[in-house]
Amino acid sequence: MEILQHLAQVQAFTGIGIGLIIGLGALGACVGVAIMCASFLEGAARQPELMPQLQAKVFLLLGLIDASFIIGVGIAMLFAFGNPLLAAIQTAAG
Amino acid sequence: MASEHAEHALTPTGYINHHLSFFTKPVGDTPFWSLNVDSLVMSILVGVIGVGFMWLVCRGATAGVPGRRQAFVELAVEFVNDQVRSIFHGNIKFVAPLALTVFVWVFLMNSMDFLPVDLMAWVYKTVFGLENWRQVPTADINTTFALSLSVWFLMLFYSVKAKGLGGWMHELFCSPFGGNPLMWIPNLLFNLVEYISKPLSHSLRLYGNMYAGEIIFLLLGLWAATGVAGTFFGALLSTGWAIFHILIVTLQAYIFMMLTIVYMAMAHESH
Repeated sequence: MEILQHLAQVQAFTGIGIGLIIGLGALGACVGVAIMCASFLEGAARQPELMPQLQAKVFLLLGLIDASFIIGVGIAMLFAFGNPLLAAIQTAAG
Repeated sequence: MASEHAEHALTPTGYINHHLSFFTKPVGDTPFWSLNVDSLVMSILVGVIGVGFMWLVCRGATAGVPGRRQAFVELAVEFVNDQVRSIFHGNIKFVAPLALTVFVWVFLMNSMDFLPVDLMAWVYKTVFGLENWRQVPTADINTTFALSLSVWFLMLFYSVKAKGLGGWMHELFCSPFGGNPLMWIPNLLFNLVEYISKPLSHSLRLYGNMYAGEIIFLLLGLWAATGVAGTFFGALLSTGWAIFHILIVTLQAYIFMMLTIVYMAMAHESH
């Protein structure tokens, strides 16, 4: 019964942690992309002849900004499906 | 065997873990010495197909009016050449083919993600008799780290070649804060962080995108297990995610290539 309580506690905090990882990562990525796209739109309005080159750079930078967020999603998925924090409980339960 | 398969199919975690386990063959004692045979075979197969196609087209290339295949290969080569020339201002004889190889190979490896997971699992089981086989090599962290560490070794090699061993050590200890002996340790730490974070971010970005894409495909497919409404919405969102994933596959290959070129360019510049 004790073990089950400890298990439930670890699962609960892991759930909250997963939510924070994905949520805060998404927040940062979206705000970053929004600022970059605002600059792109302003630049395209000032110099429409540069729009193709700027657009290519926009996609490159989109991938770079998304990187940390996607790495965070990968780590969160690891915790969701193969939680390493449960190892201690599993050894205690036998 | 039947109960093991039943356990794989009946719980969401079991389903996902089944689809995410590699076909591993140990060649030594510790877990470090185990090969992910599926990643190796798929990456070699895809590389041979991609580079082999370009080689075959180049063998039959004409200087006159090009055929469609030759025009396609020329399109790819010119695209990569433009990117390299805009960033790299030295001898591009090595960097341009490197960039083209990286782009074509990573793009083909990533596009193995378009094959539907459940259908391919059924094919692998009935046709080849394989219980676990992952067909996207870049969703394996070993593959992406292999690629980025190769680029990293090339970067170190070209740094030493362009600046000389003495010049490179000088730059390691004296930039960016200056040559004062008090600043040697901060300079070294700064440069070490840069040297470590480059291959890490290079590989983890590609791995994370492909891995997260696969997980989302699996999760959307799991929705179908909840009934008719789940199947309908799961199929709808899977289609949307697959279309978005086409962009991600191409974009990640392009970013990997661009960063390779940028790292090579940064290695060649000397002050």
